[in-house]
Parts: sequence; C-alpha cells; structure tokens
Amino acid sequence: MAAPALERPTATAGSQTVTIAKALNMGLRSALERDPKVLVMGEDVGKLGGVFRITDGLQKDFGEHRVLDTPLAESGIIGTAVGLAIRGFRPVCEIQFDGFIFPGFDQIVSQLAKLHYRSQGKVKVPVVVRVPFGGGIGAVEHHSESPESLFAHIGGLKVVSCANPVDAYWMLQQAIECDDPVLFFEPKRRYYEKAELDPTAPPAPLFASRVVRPGSAVTVATYGPMVRTVLDAASAAAEDGTELEVIDLRTLSPLDLEPVFESVRRTGRLVLASEAPAESSITSEIAARVQQECFYSLEAPVLRVTGFDTPYPPSKLEEGYLPDLDRVLDAVDRSLAY
Amino acid sequence: MSPEQWTRSETDGTTGPPAATAAKPTREQVIAGLRATSEGGADLVQLLTPEGQRVEHPDFDLDISTAQLRDLYRDMVLVRRADREGNALQRQGQLGIWVPLLGQEAAQIGAGRALQPQDMAFPSYREHGIAWCRGIDPTEILGIFRGTDHGSWDPIDKRFHLYTIVIGNQCLNATGYAMGQRFEGKVGDQGGEATMVFFGDGATSQGDVHEAMAWSAVYDAPVVFFCQNNQWAISEPVERQTRVPLYQRASGYGFPGIRVDGNDVLASLAVSRWALDECRHGNGPVLIEAFTYRMDAHTTSDDPTRYRLADEHEAWKLKDPIERLRVHLVRDQGVEQDFFDGVDAEADELAARFRDFCFNIPEPPPERMFSEVYAEETPQLAAQRESYLQYLAGFADEAMAGGVR
Ligand SMILES: Cc1ncc(C[n+]2csc(CCOP(=O)(O)OP(=O)(O)O)c2C)c(N)n1
Repeated sequence: MAAPALERPTATAGSQTVTIAKALNMGLRSALERDPKVLVMGEDVGKLGGVFRITDGLQKDFGEHRVLDTPLAESGIIGTAVGLAIRGFRPVCEIQFDGFIFPGFDQIVSQLAKLHYRSQGKVKVPVVVRVPFGGGIGAVEHHSESPESLFAHIGGLKVVSCANPVDAYWMLQQAIECDDPVLFFEPKRRYYEKAELDPTAPPAPLFASRVVRPGSAVTVATYGPMVRTVLDAASAAAEDGTELEVIDLRTLSPLDLEPVFESVRRTGRLVLASEAPAESSITSEIAARVQQECFYSLEAPVLRVTGFDTPYPPSKLEEGYLPDLDRVLDAVDRSLAY
Repeated sequence: MSPEQWTRSETDGTTGPPAATAAKPTREQVIAGLRATSEGGADLVQLLTPEGQRVEHPDFDLDISTAQLRDLYRDMVLVRRADREGNALQRQGQLGIWVPLLGQEAAQIGAGRALQPQDMAFPSYREHGIAWCRGIDPTEILGIFRGTDHGSWDPIDKRFHLYTIVIGNQCLNATGYAMGQRFEGKVGDQGGEATMVFFGDGATSQGDVHEAMAWSAVYDAPVVFFCQNNQWAISEPVERQTRVPLYQRASGYGFPGIRVDGNDVLASLAVSRWALDECRHGNGPVLIEAFTYRMDAHTTSDDPTRYRLADEHEAWKLKDPIERLRVHLVRDQGVEQDFFDGVDAEADELAARFRDFCFNIPEPPPERMFSEVYAEETPQLAAQRESYLQYLAGFADEAMAGGVR
C-alpha cells in the first residue's frame, strides 16, 4: 500500500529560487506524477488552482479525476477521502482556510484518526489534510486561526508544519508517502516568501525538528509562520551580543523534542513561540516535557510567547495578538533575567 | 410525483399543523408509521404480504426457487437466533451492551443477499444480518459488545467495513469508496462493482448523510443508500426527522428513491438487486427506504415503554418477516416440517457456539492498547508502552516477592 519510495530527480536541475507556495505546488505535482493513486481534492483546487493557487495548473495536467473540484462540504471532503483511502487511494485534501476545518473535524477525529487502530492495522488511511493556517493577512474572521493543537491532541493523527520552501517541497511529499493520516499546516502569511530550492539535494526526515540557527544564550523553539519572526528576533538579539539558538519544530505530533532537550541542557533557558492560544496547546506540552527532562539544567522557567486565549480578533487588532519580534525579545530578556 | 401529491396526510392522517410542532404526539401520530405502510400502499414495494401471500409487482418481480426461499428463511432464523442470544448474554452480564436486530431481519437479509462478492458494504451498528451475508461469523461481532476489540474481521478482505457508531459518518466513507470504484473503471457492466451503505431514519437528519447524497450524485458514485426506517431513533419518532417520506428525498438529490416493505425479504432482495445493478452499470446512486420496525429496545440500555405504545408493537408483530415467509413456504411451496426442524436445530447449535465463544473470548493483553495506533509507530508511543508494561511488571515482581497480595 505504501507509495514508492521518494526518489530524487537524477537530472541536476540545479537550485532555483521559489516561494513556499510554488514549492508546495511542485511537491504536489511530483507526488501526482510518481503515484497514480495520489489525488488532490478540495474546494476550488481545480480550475482556479486554489484560493492561494497552491494547486495551480494541476487539474489541467492530471485531469478531473486526479485533481477534484469538490462540492462545498468539509465533512464531505474528509469523509470521502477516508473512503477513497480505504479503496487504496492517497487523497490530499485542501481545507480552504483554518477556520473552516471544523465541519470536517468529526470525520478527522472519528474516522480518519481511528480506523487504523480500530481495525488493528488492517485498514490504512493515508490521507493528508492541508490547512493554510495562522494570521497576519488582514483577513475577516475564520481566516486566521491556529487550530493545530486540537489535532495534536488526537491519538492516531500526525501533525506537521513547514516554514520554508525546501521543507514545503519535501515535507508535503513525505506526508503523502506516509501511511498514516497527516495534518499538514501551511504558514499562509509566508506563502510568498522565497528561498533556494534544490530538488536534487537530500531531504531531511519528516518527523524531526531541526536547529535552524545555533546559539548559546537562550533556546527558542517555534514552528510554522513564527519561524521567520523568531529568526528575525535572533538577528536583532545577535546585534546586542545575545546568541539565540532557534529550533524549528517541524513535527508537532509526534513532537521531536530531543534537539530541544539537548539545546536546553546547554543554554539552560527555553522560550516557546507560537501564534496559537497558550492554554492546553503544543507549547504547554513542550513546557511540561522540558521541565520533566531538563529540570536540573534549567536556569529559568520555560516562557511562552503566544496568541491570547481569545477567539481570533478583528484584523485591525491582530498586530497586537500575534507575537512579534519585540515580544520574543522581551521573553528572551525575562528568561535571561532569572 | 408533484409535491402536492405527497401531502402531510400521508404520514399523520391530518391536514392540521405539522406533527413535529405538536406539544405531545397523539396516539394516532405515534402509530403513524404503521398507517403509512398500509396507506402508502401504492409506493410500497411488496412481494410477500404479511399473510404470506405472494404478490406481483410490475417493476420488481423476482424469479426465485424454493431452495432459494428456504435459504432466505434459514438466514433470517439464524440471524435472529444469534441476535436473541446477544440480548440474553447482555442480560447475564456477559456483554456490556447489545444492539438488537429483532424485526429487521428481512430488510437486512434481502439487501445482504443482493450484494455480490465484489461489492463493498458500510454498516452502521445494527447490521448483524448484513455481516452474516458478508460471511462474517456472528462470534466475530461479540468483541465489540464485550469490550475486547472494535471489530475483529478484516474489512478489506470481507468487503464489510467496521461498524460505525457516529451516526451518518459511514455514508460519506461509502461515497468515497464508491467514487474510487468509479475512478478505477470498475462500473459499467454486469461484472461491475457497487457499494451499499446502511443507516437509520434518525441518521437522515445528519449533515453527513445529506453531504453523501449530494456528493454521490455529483460523482455518479455507484452507491446504494439503504435506510432502515425502523420508525424510531432511540425515543424520537421518524416525524422528528422529516416532513416527507424518506425515500422521496432522493429526487431532491437527483436520483431514484424507493420505499420497500422492509419486513418482506423478497421485496428487499428484489429492490436491492435492482439498485445494485443500476450502480454496477453506472446508473447510481439509488436510495432505498426499507420500511420496517424495531421490535426490541434501541439497545439493551433503552426502555421503549417510556416512549411508545404497546398497540404499535402488537400491530407490527403481525408483520413479522420470518413468520410470513414460513407461511408461504408451508402453504405455497410445500415445504415439510423437517426443514423447519432442521433450521431450528442449526439455530440451537449456533446459539450454543455463540455463547461458548462469548464466555471464552480472551481478555486483550495490555500491550494491545498501544498496538496499531499508527502504521509507522511514534517513539513517544513506544516509550509510553514500554513504561506502562514495566510498571505492570513491577506488580508481578511484588506479588512473587511478597506472596499473595
Ligand atoms: C453523532 C451521534 N449522535 C448521537 C449518537 C447516539 N445515538 C446512537 S443511536 C442513535 C439513534 C439512531 O437512530 P437511527 O438513525 O434511526 O438508527 P437506528 O438505531 O434506529 O437503527 C443515537 C441518537 C450517535 N451514536 N452518534
């Protein structure tokens, strides 16, 4: 049932500068080419190419039965994807915006997450659910949410988030190749940020976090859209002589915390940054685990910089809601002050 | 049929305010289901009357041998017997809960026997008769109700999905599966594949069921929606779910809907065969409303005396699906007593085997809690299992060291 192993293109296409959006598109294209069982499905993903154009041109090249413009029903998208997966397909569902995943939540939690377990492994449901998430685009309500912790809480699901074009390209293909259901969170306000992508370079493993900037003063772990913010904060801190070690978590369930533990044992300090509300979240989980594993190494309590425990505010207020460079630096200062 | 033709009088016998708004249902409204069977005669496909009389139907006739009729009778008796045994085992504290099938044998055996090996079926949780037809031994269902597993059969191999508890979910899963059958080019001729999905009258209010019908129409999915209208969703009568007869909803989605006498195994078989055939040939989807009655409680935790009248129950007894076939077999097919005795003996054996199996289902070992959560297990889960098993092993050491605790 597993898809053919990912192969790197043999032709040395060389690196090119692409956006996250383009890299996701390239990743989908490559998955569709490699495995005829891969389907792309969602609202407006065909002719329009998705509201963010992530699926641009795919229906034209792969046809209506590989790239499905579905009726407008999220439970329908996930529920039929489950059935298609039982049949042997590998559906990649697009949820148009984070705030609209809830009509599909029932199918994700009740069926997608549980079928492998309930059938004691006899039924595999390799479905990927792509969710553009997070704020900062000045949108109306329901278009800027960070619901990832809700899914990380559910046994049977895997949850990942990419933060740059290289990861976008590879992580999406690896998620499609994975025999487990994967919730794939895409940082929508970073869609059009660019970086070098060399499709011939070997990919990092999917379920692994990574140090993206080494440093010795304070460890800052984050994911998705906040990676850029934290890297900017690290550059600013470096100007003042404070070297932050930045970790991109990449995988949210399972969490890969060894690199975080290892880092905290060196720095003695941890700041966690996320756009999601703080209460009962991924950052809560990491804080709990770090105090358990690194109790004697900690020089300061684990601090968090997050969105507030409110519904997402009107967009004129999101600048205050979203953790920015200054809030990250403030937390770093508080950590160092202990 | 125009909307004017299906006036409310068809279901509640009045032209007054909708039943759903009445503070307390009248006695007539409570037995509205019964009246809709007799009064909705023109729309109800029936091949065997409650008196066991074979009747013709212009569209759904059935060419069936005595041997095949006997098989259907045997199926229904055995399935009913396993079901009654399940109920008894729950009463004896051997099962946590049981979901009775009593009264719905004809609907299920008719539909189940219409399915071909290449077809796929998606059940709800009362489909013991469909399971039987898919070659699943009744003992394989026990673990769900005893709490040892979530369904022990292989859904892919048996082409019978796991029981689905969340009302309506399976309709979308079935639609997706059927879309896959179509995408793979497995529809179009006699050897084609179809999918059948089972749900109740209460389920028809769920969004998933509506979405499934809308989707299946858009994708011409080869799926038969088989609604067992047993008149009740726990304590809620069908009037709490709909203003129109359920089968008529299909026209709103753009495919045929048919109401079949769900207590008539021949009608259920004929209509299901036709509907599956339509799907096989690429003319799906189809909605079948099997008009039937739940003769027992919703589950063993339910108390139907709180919400329904004894008359209603008594009236439906006269429509018993097994009895009417038995009468037909004796009176019109010349089947001898030997046959019935043989089936009864077989039922006794099945019941004994079912009971024995139930008493002897092994408790799952603690590691089962952690197994097969993922196709690719996570290190966290492996660590959790390891630590829990070590914790349990600690008790074993203690017990050995300190003797009996
Ligand atoms: C989503 C959901 N809500 C509530 C329940 C609890 N529940 C179990 S069965 C049932 C009634 C279902 O009635 P119907 O669809 O008519 O099927 P029947 O049991 O009569 O076969 C309810 C409310 C459930 N299982 N799932």
